[in-house]
Amino acid sequence: MAKLEIKKAEKPITNKRKKSRWKEFRDNAELSALMLPGMILLLIFAYIPMFGIIIAFKDYRNNLGIFKSKWVGLDNFKFFFTSQDAWRIGRNTVGYGLLFIILGLIAAVLVAILLYEVRNRAALKFYQTSMILPHFLSWVIIGYITYILLEPDMGIFNKIIQAFGGKGLQWYSEPKYWVFILPIVNLWKTVGLKSIMYYAALMGIDEQLYEAAQLDGAGRFKQILYITIPSLVPLMVILTILDVGHIIKGDFGLFYTIPRDVGLLYPTTDIIDTYVYRGLRTGDDIGITTAVGLFQSVVGLLMVVGTNLVVKKISPENSLF
Amino acid sequence: MKKQNRISNIIINLLFCVGSLLFILPFVLIISASFTEEAALVEHGYKLIPSVFSTEAYKYVFRTPHQLIDSYKITIIYSLLATFLGVIVMSMLAYPLSRPNYKYKKPATFFIFFTMLFSGGLVPSYIWMTRYLHLGDTIWVYILPFLVNAFHVIVIRTFFQGLPQSLVESAKIDGASELQIFFRIVMPLSKPVIATISLLTLLARWNDWNTALIYIKSSNLYSLQYLLQKILREAEFVKNMADSAPVAGIDLDLSNLPSITIRFAMCMVAAGPMLVVFPFFQKYFAKGLTVGAVKG
Repeated sequence: MAKLEIKKAEKPITNKRKKSRWKEFRDNAELSALMLPGMILLLIFAYIPMFGIIIAFKDYRNNLGIFKSKWVGLDNFKFFFTSQDAWRIGRNTVGYGLLFIILGLIAAVLVAILLYEVRNRAALKFYQTSMILPHFLSWVIIGYITYILLEPDMGIFNKIIQAFGGKGLQWYSEPKYWVFILPIVNLWKTVGLKSIMYYAALMGIDEQLYEAAQLDGAGRFKQILYITIPSLVPLMVILTILDVGHIIKGDFGLFYTIPRDVGLLYPTTDIIDTYVYRGLRTGDDIGITTAVGLFQSVVGLLMVVGTNLVVKKISPENSLF
Repeated sequence: MKKQNRISNIIINLLFCVGSLLFILPFVLIISASFTEEAALVEHGYKLIPSVFSTEAYKYVFRTPHQLIDSYKITIIYSLLATFLGVIVMSMLAYPLSRPNYKYKKPATFFIFFTMLFSGGLVPSYIWMTRYLHLGDTIWVYILPFLVNAFHVIVIRTFFQGLPQSLVESAKIDGASELQIFFRIVMPLSKPVIATISLLTLLARWNDWNTALIYIKSSNLYSLQYLLQKILREAEFVKNMADSAPVAGIDLDLSNLPSITIRFAMCMVAAGPMLVVFPFFQKYFAKGLTVGAVKG
């Protein structure tokens, strides 16, 4: 008897729950409908390709397609990680990534601090505009500029070297120069916008701090050292950590267009992204190429999640999620 | 004290003047190269001021402009379309996420946000888009995959959250539907964020060169930036362009084709207009980057 009663009592509740769930869906339907186009686009162009990572575990043959190609387990990964390519592109990707972060940080902060000292509004505007100019250019156009500078016969650099009695350098066939060229070009393109970000942070500093320091007899240099730089530290930490999260993702445009995809330069210019692109273009080892891409994606995911945890500890309001 | 200040001020301004030159002179080099006579360029190299002034390169560019016109057309069409559709679709995604009582906020946010963290990589996307969706070598490959940018969705949502909620509530009491509220109230109030996101999207689309590198084969579908990279990389391509464009009544002397300077003339014609336009919107770009507190 008692059991029956309980059952009877339960039924209406589940019914009600179902109803309320349906009602919930209906109440939110209009808002959900708004999201539909975007969600479908994400499904088609972001989520479905994710299933393609099974290619990384197959010996992909173009005529067989994804499903009929043979499974090979982790062979693609093994092949890649025992090849010489792995060390080269891994070192280049992470090495340049670190170099770009450090150089970018120092340069952007330095420029921002110096900009802060410029009192003339018109001059300030002019400096900022000229420095942000490269941000609006594609890597292709920057490629034109580096070509004018580095072209062995007529390029500006070699002409200058020759004018001083030296012998022109073969920029496009000597890997060692590119360890300097790539960071400089990258800095040139990115420093403007980054410095504007730090400059914006400087605008938020309370002027009274400087006045008080002046009364205490601190000179301009000491003010920078004890007020300006410390107030930038939080932003520096956050931006750097976020950058570290993306270290495995190289800038394809920079590494493909500026060294002009010259094979001789690969020892110092080949990164994961250019390697994957070439793998796709030649189409020989689609399985291995997919494996490299998958490895990059997984490490990228772990790095971003990891760095985000760190940011969350330091300053929760700046964490991504 | 004051004197010292003035000296350091002069030094700083001097530093910046030299620094600014480092950013401006490279453009002068391209302009100068495009206006130099081919033979003089080969002999004297690139100069800040043309050693021998000539507009020959531009004459060649404008005599057979077919490829250039095609690329301009395709780039303008897909850039505008992708920006317009993208901003609408992304705002529609962002609005429900900004509503505190939207039931599926959490899973929806995760669904969008996760695309920022993980992707299948280039190869699976390529095979999916070309073999299954047949988007390879069509204009849609420039548009559809780029309509939703998760980061931009979150920026828009954060802006929507800052709008007074009482507006939405009172409109609801007046019997407005969610769609009406979104299109009639929320969107008109959100011009600043829409302008910022539109500009960011437009710039990214306009400067896109690698989509064509990977997916486009037909030359009439080349984007401007890809055309430029092809011109710079392949000396033959310039000749072919002049060759393959039959112009009735004009006999082109291809042996005299200024193949080096013509590249820079092309670069100027293709990139010049936007270079003049974009810096005017500088503050939007700086703002787009500093939109802080974008939490998921």
